[in-house]
Amino acid sequence: MYDSGKIIPGLIVFVLLITIPIWYNRGGAVSEPPKPVLPKDAKTCVLPAAEIRANHMKLLNVWRDEVLRDGDRSTFEIEGKRYQKSLMMTCMKCHTSKKQFCDTCHTYASVKPYCWDCHIAPVE
Amino acid sequence: MDTNRRNFLKVAGISTLATLGGTVVVERLVTGSNLAHASAPGGHAAEGAAHAPAHEAAQDPSVNRYGMVIDIRKFQQDPSLGEKVVNACHTTHNVPKFPDKKDEIKWIWMTHFENAFPEQPNIYRDTATGTHQLPILCNHCDQPPCVRACPTKATFRNKDGIVMMDYHRCIGCRFCMAACPYGSRSFNWRDPEAFVKDPNYVYPRRMRGVVEKCNFCDERVGSGKLPACVEACSDSKAIVFGNLNDPNSEIRKILKEHHTIQRNPALGTLPSVFYIV
Amino acid sequence: MFEKALKGNNYYWMWLAFLGFFIAIAVVCYLRQYFYGLGLTGMNRDISWGIYISQFTFLVGVAAGGVMLVLPYYIHNYKAFGRITILGEFLAIASLLMCLMFIMADLGQPLRGLNVLLYPTPGSMLFWDMCVLWGYLILNALCGWVILTAERKQVHPPKWIYFFVYLSIPFAFSIHTVTAMLYCGLPGRHFWLSAIIAPRFLASAFAAGPALIVVMALILKRVANFDAGKEAINKMVTIIIYAAIANMFFVCLEFFVGFYSNIPGHKHTLEYLFFGVEHHGHVYNNLVPFMWGFVALFFVGIALISHPYTRKQSDLWLGIGCASIFVAFWLDKGIGFVLGGFVPTPTHEIVEYYPTLNEVFITIGVWATGFFILTILYKIAIGVEHEIEA
Repeated sequence: MYDSGKIIPGLIVFVLLITIPIWYNRGGAVSEPPKPVLPKDAKTCVLPAAEIRANHMKLLNVWRDEVLRDGDRSTFEIEGKRYQKSLMMTCMKCHTSKKQFCDTCHTYASVKPYCWDCHIAPVE
Repeated sequence: MDTNRRNFLKVAGISTLATLGGTVVVERLVTGSNLAHASAPGGHAAEGAAHAPAHEAAQDPSVNRYGMVIDIRKFQQDPSLGEKVVNACHTTHNVPKFPDKKDEIKWIWMTHFENAFPEQPNIYRDTATGTHQLPILCNHCDQPPCVRACPTKATFRNKDGIVMMDYHRCIGCRFCMAACPYGSRSFNWRDPEAFVKDPNYVYPRRMRGVVEKCNFCDERVGSGKLPACVEACSDSKAIVFGNLNDPNSEIRKILKEHHTIQRNPALGTLPSVFYIV
Repeated sequence: MFEKALKGNNYYWMWLAFLGFFIAIAVVCYLRQYFYGLGLTGMNRDISWGIYISQFTFLVGVAAGGVMLVLPYYIHNYKAFGRITILGEFLAIASLLMCLMFIMADLGQPLRGLNVLLYPTPGSMLFWDMCVLWGYLILNALCGWVILTAERKQVHPPKWIYFFVYLSIPFAFSIHTVTAMLYCGLPGRHFWLSAIIAPRFLASAFAAGPALIVVMALILKRVANFDAGKEAINKMVTIIIYAAIANMFFVCLEFFVGFYSNIPGHKHTLEYLFFGVEHHGHVYNNLVPFMWGFVALFFVGIALISHPYTRKQSDLWLGIGCASIFVAFWLDKGIGFVLGGFVPTPTHEIVEYYPTLNEVFITIGVWATGFFILTILYKIAIGVEHEIEA
């Protein structure tokens, strides 16, 4: 092969770079599936577990647009209790620790939602 | 001109379609842009109010239009009220306090009469008006130039007549700040997190790079409470808040009984904040 | 055709490296600003737009100036402009890219810039500004490229391109009118609330844009062996003179309205800009030298470029004269118009604005990027010219 002195090392570097997502974080703290600490006093969330896990981002956006832009602060009922459409006054009332709940999955998935740029995280 | 029946029918058909389609498109565009400004009859009322004097057309009892009357005399009699009012607002809404005046953010603040009403200069002003200060804030105009200017509708007039800010959508272009004739808006020139002492957990801070201003405590008003500044001076009733479209409300009673002025009325913004001199 | 930009003499590469140096500094400065916030600039609550937006306003005018070459050639068949319309079109591309960069640098949340497209607001002039800026950029890129390719192949440009060429002419007028409308529709800023802002913008654009093109053409004659032609340069200088005089006439009218009516709204800002104002014992006059600099440079420039000796014989003095006009209108529009509009504030206080070093380096870096792009584009254009001459 012509220029094999340049091509082979180049190929090796390329393969290493392209497979970074696979080997860079091996064996670290986030190699096991996340274990979020669930609240002890409530049985159900505002949506069933699988649905809320997949759609909580969209739900929060929908709540935000309804409350802020449409002025619709209507409450909804779950197991006889009324809840508001609010991150701080509904979600964080049960899931009281951002570090032990929100961050466990977000760090694992390497997601950085910008909620906490503004909404003030509960003091831990 | 020599033309046959076929060509005539083609031309006639296309012209009819164009006229009908054209009017529909134009109408859609017009109503579309109305929806863009105000999500409620506030928009239609605005069209009428442009021609009618005063607020005749805006008085639709079925829609809220929140307003405020500020009694300057009470702020002159009790100068400590100003600080109470400003602190109540700024602590409720986590307004940061920066050490550098350049980064300053304020939603409501005390200023002199000549700065609040620059269109009314008076070199022989009475002593009381000349020395004491009065609070100024966003006027929540009926015809807000800032809402017209915003390219993303991040600032918009909600159905209660409050000019709101959607911090999630704001791109920080500051066109609204240039458009506001009253200087009511502030910008987050840096991250405010470190400069909010004693945060109020139920209301968010803002991130850097967005514009903010008084929101008539929409989150409190929505749950039936009064704005923080109104509550802070509730015993002296220096600030009264209410629905301007309700002819029986307390605020309308006060407006009937006292002579009030508004800031820079000649600009046609139709502010919702009135001042008793 | 890009390969034309990859071959050049030492001066070419040294020039690009010189510009690249300033671009690198600007990148570092912008990263600092991106992570800290716009607090690294000199802007504050009362002067919420500074040199970023003022450069943007001026450069939209420079971009629109290219139409002064396109209009006579394509509509009125003025053949002498045939070789240089490409200079105007490529200048428009570089200027518009600079405009977009300045806007991105000025946004508080630049990553949300797409919101303007996702939530279109036809009532907002900023929305239309974005539309016409992008439209004009695409038009110029398309027309310039297709026509240059056709020239290189020594065939007539395809018929369909002329639709876009003719479209770009009203677009050129519209980009600067819409930018003027950003300012002249705001009820709270009395200095900007005047119907003459749009004509003033257009007049100064049609002087500044061609002035820069003339300077470029004279430089290209020296370094790249590209002669635009005596007739073309002469005609451009005529256009510059008339446009510049129109702009100064409009400025004088502003003075008349402000000072004869004696109404504070219009008068105060002009006073602050040209004479300084005294407010509560303090004198505010930091922009006064810039404004008189603008007047002086205008007279020097006009004198130089209209003198018969310069027109006939001296390229050097012609270049200096045109550069003088360009800088004069940069001071007028960039420094005077935009920064002046915020003084006095809506609450009748006076706050003065000083850009920070970080801000200045980002500004210089964006200008350097624009000239970098312009150099590459002109190298391509001239490369093609030389190729077809051979």
